[in-house]
Amino acid sequence: MPISIILTKILEGMGVSVLLFAVTLVFSLPLGLLISFGRMSKYSILRVITSVYISIMRGTPLMLQLMVIYFGPYYIFGLTISPEWKNFAAAISFVLNYAAYFAEIYRAGIESMPKGQYEAARILGYSRAQTFVRIIFPQVVKRILPPVTNETITLVKDTSLAYTIGILEMFSTARALASAEASMLPFVFAGVLYYILNAVVAAVMVKIEKKMNYFR
Amino acid sequence: MKVLEMKHIKKTFDDLEVLKDISFDVSEGEVVSIIGPSGSGKSTILRCATMLEEIDGGEFSYLGKRAAWQENGRTVYAPKGELREIRKNFGLVFQSFNLFPHYSVIRNLTDAPINIQKRDKTEVYKEARDLLAQMGLSDKENAYPYQLSGGQSHRVAIARALALQPKILFFDEPTSALDPELTGEVLKVIRSLTERRMTMVIVTHEMNFARDISDRMIFMDGGVIVEDCTPEEMFASDNERLRGFLGKLEGGY
Repeated sequence: MPISIILTKILEGMGVSVLLFAVTLVFSLPLGLLISFGRMSKYSILRVITSVYISIMRGTPLMLQLMVIYFGPYYIFGLTISPEWKNFAAAISFVLNYAAYFAEIYRAGIESMPKGQYEAARILGYSRAQTFVRIIFPQVVKRILPPVTNETITLVKDTSLAYTIGILEMFSTARALASAEASMLPFVFAGVLYYILNAVVAAVMVKIEKKMNYFR
Repeated sequence: MKVLEMKHIKKTFDDLEVLKDISFDVSEGEVVSIIGPSGSGKSTILRCATMLEEIDGGEFSYLGKRAAWQENGRTVYAPKGELREIRKNFGLVFQSFNLFPHYSVIRNLTDAPINIQKRDKTEVYKEARDLLAQMGLSDKENAYPYQLSGGQSHRVAIARALALQPKILFFDEPTSALDPELTGEVLKVIRSLTERRMTMVIVTHEMNFARDISDRMIFMDGGVIVEDCTPEEMFASDNERLRGFLGKLEGGY
């Protein structure tokens, strides 16, 4: 097989990886914020539910969560699994898993805010919601950028786990090509591309951090 | 007209009774200083009056409107909407300023009037610029709080409070975070407010300053008001606790 075809197939796989990456970020970042609210709620029932959720999501392998969500409908409910389901199963697993990690990052950021910011806002007439949106959250974003960057880079590499439920992303494509061609080359390509993806992610995050440098 | 009336205020933290039956009032245009040793409850009074802490007994009101009172042995606060209106009467300048670090100086002043009180933008900006000019901060309009000195931050904090046009302004130990030189600068600003007949309550350790600008001084010790009188009477008082406190200050530490 010519190298150009190998490369094209791997790039197609990369498209799937990037899509999974983007979908995960877009949904898990807001979901994580909601979960962190539950985790810090004054209602103990919400606190218990969210902390059990977080501990399960962090305490079991993502690969296993993929399996459970992919095969669950069949084994638990006896439903027939349609061919498209695995795409949804992958997206759902990643979003649920990453939201748990992001929730803890948000919580750390929110709890690190000095009490004086809340008090000043209260004296100036801000409601609780206005205080969070206008005063607290913008400062939290700046504080949590470094740990969010870490998670985001891990996510780029974690997308390869989707191969366990048969998603044709970059890693599974490279693996199939490597065994068909009896060659290391597809793995080398994939490795370089993962690296480039992460370099881009890191560069973007540095840019955002710089942008937030207008205040301290 | 009484701007602030506090009657029989009690406040307990866990088992510690910090305020035991505190009553005083502040009339329009009056400048009242609250002095007393650390732990006497001075700052707690301000935190109760500004509703950062809930009172455990007594009642207080702004311009005749009750903010909190007792009903069947429990403290009741006015309904949310009324409280929002009552809050507009007072401003508080924090000991640690608590400026919003992600907002420029001008935005620190204008954000609440424009986005919370929904006042006219052009008018708010004009007033904010006037305030900054009065504070000698015109060139700092677009600076961020981290670029300001302690004295400048303090003046921005005062301007931010004034931008909401309060009827009464509280100061929580305005000079304790500043070096002596800046202290003078800040006291000058506060003095300029007395010339505008701003109603103020100032918790302070600066005895000479308090004597200078106050119409009335309140000496607190152990959660009660020991003396509430004019500065002249205060310094002439032969109350033992007050003498002890003033003597310690004069004799240094």
